[in-house]
Amino acid sequence: MTTTITRAEPIHAYDRLPAQMRILFYAILIVGGIVMFLPFAWMASTSCKPPTELATLPLRWVPANPVCLENLAQLYETSPNFNRYLLNSAALTIGRTLGQLLTCSLAAYGFARFKFPGRNVLFALCLGLLMVPFQAILIPEYLLMREIGWLNRFAALIVPGTFSAFAMFLLRQAFLQIPAELEESAMIDGANPLQTLWFIVLPLSRAALAAFAVITVQAAWNDFLFPLIVGNAPDIRVVTIGIALLQGERSTPWNLLMMGSFIATMPMLILFIIMQRQFIEGVALTGIQR
Amino acid sequence: MFTHLLGRTPLARRRAMWGIALVAPNVLGLLFFFGVPVLMAFFTSLQRWNALSPPEYIGLENFQRLASDPAFWQALGNTLKLILLVVPTGMALSLTVALILNERLRGRSFFRVLYFLPVVTSTVAASAVWVWIFQPRYGLVGNLLAAFGARDVGWLTRPDLVLIPIAIVTIWQRLGFDMVLFLAGLQGIPRTLREAAIIDGATRWDQLRFITLPLLSPTTFLVLVLSTISAFQIFDQVYVMTARTSRGGVGGSATTLTYFLYETAFIQSQYGYSSAIALALFVITLGVTGVNLALQRRWVYYEAEQE
Repeated sequence: MTTTITRAEPIHAYDRLPAQMRILFYAILIVGGIVMFLPFAWMASTSCKPPTELATLPLRWVPANPVCLENLAQLYETSPNFNRYLLNSAALTIGRTLGQLLTCSLAAYGFARFKFPGRNVLFALCLGLLMVPFQAILIPEYLLMREIGWLNRFAALIVPGTFSAFAMFLLRQAFLQIPAELEESAMIDGANPLQTLWFIVLPLSRAALAAFAVITVQAAWNDFLFPLIVGNAPDIRVVTIGIALLQGERSTPWNLLMMGSFIATMPMLILFIIMQRQFIEGVALTGIQR
Repeated sequence: MFTHLLGRTPLARRRAMWGIALVAPNVLGLLFFFGVPVLMAFFTSLQRWNALSPPEYIGLENFQRLASDPAFWQALGNTLKLILLVVPTGMALSLTVALILNERLRGRSFFRVLYFLPVVTSTVAASAVWVWIFQPRYGLVGNLLAAFGARDVGWLTRPDLVLIPIAIVTIWQRLGFDMVLFLAGLQGIPRTLREAAIIDGATRWDQLRFITLPLLSPTTFLVLVLSTISAFQIFDQVYVMTARTSRGGVGGSATTLTYFLYETAFIQSQYGYSSAIALALFVITLGVTGVNLALQRRWVYYEAEQE
């Protein structure tokens, strides 16, 4: 099911918003919008302040002596592996997303269009797994990783995340909406199921795939708890852990912490600005299907 | 052989083999990486198992210990308090914004993007920023609200206050998500109903009260269930926001169930006992969802049932 958010409507004269109400609505939106945006502004502003300005009152929104580049250099001095963390996060994100797209679209296609013994039982079993919150299996998942020797290895960060009952369920719904005749005629022309999936089904599901992919990317980039327990070794740490580590025990270098948060947030903000529609459709889709 | 089980005709058998081959990677992966841990969770919860000793079967002892562990009840209480702080406020705010953005206002797509921005940021980065915002002396909150005596308040160190900043970050980060769900629900309400009501002389308030809100109630229910479940899982905020004082809050005042689980399992290495906590968390979440489901008949309107 695709949900379209934008819609052009005819303007009916009798349904005009009264002027006072319009003003009230804008006032609420603007005040709320400022509250939503302030943390980002404060983060950017702090990330360019020298240490002396962090403890100065009254607060300044624009640093008197902006030292953005110096702080950036300082961040890498304090946390020499920060680039490594960013790359690890990128690898985790790309690995999980491509992996899910592959395994889940194959499985979704199999469940949508092929009859085989045990199909319904297997599908129900996978849906049952959706009911279990990840926290409930955190410990056995960790023990399993330890048992197979994956602790602090990249495989633990990526491989379990390439399988998803949820993505499979979503994609199956999308594939079921494609008329079966299209696939049948491809089969008659001699295409095997993989070719049909690749050349017919996936291109026709582009919108659902994109919406699903951005949501997966966002969740993977921001994942924290699982990497924290299975991958807290310096060479495979992801950037969310890197940020958490910047908080010192006694004194926190706030400007550097904000700089790190800013750098870690940027990729998702940029992706969101470019693919707003897919993000919002992805949320509507995942929320509604759940 | 067994090939006849796959289908009657050769074509059906070939299709069945393809189907099995297509679903195999994901199904096997799911069973191994998620199905096996689900089974392990039950066994582990019946064992005494920590870093020093090998696992040993002890029956329901972990659950008995759980029931009489004040730390567990405190974590459960903190989690419920957080849910009460987060869910009603978050839903009221996101519904209000969605109702406004559903009107034909200029710039509404700009506002939609603005309100959605926090959703795409990581909870860890967002929490770090909010710790700085709540810093007692040089933080934004203390200085903006200085006139109300909010300067030098130890938001994150005072056990009676610490849940408030955690709730605020959670609401701030979730609002855009719930807003999008509400907007999708609002788009699904046929315009004709409101038009008919307008012709019958209904005011805007009447339309909201008697048309929009009842027809939106399935979405409201969905948002209620989803945001309650996610509030049960609050962890990153606690981990980051209480890092400087004592993780989990002074005297455990910010320890949520998920944080308690993490601490017991990965700081204290009590795998058996923490598995019992995990099962309790799962059962409590299911129970609350069940209560929600049972209550929905009273207030959720489903069009199909009215026929």
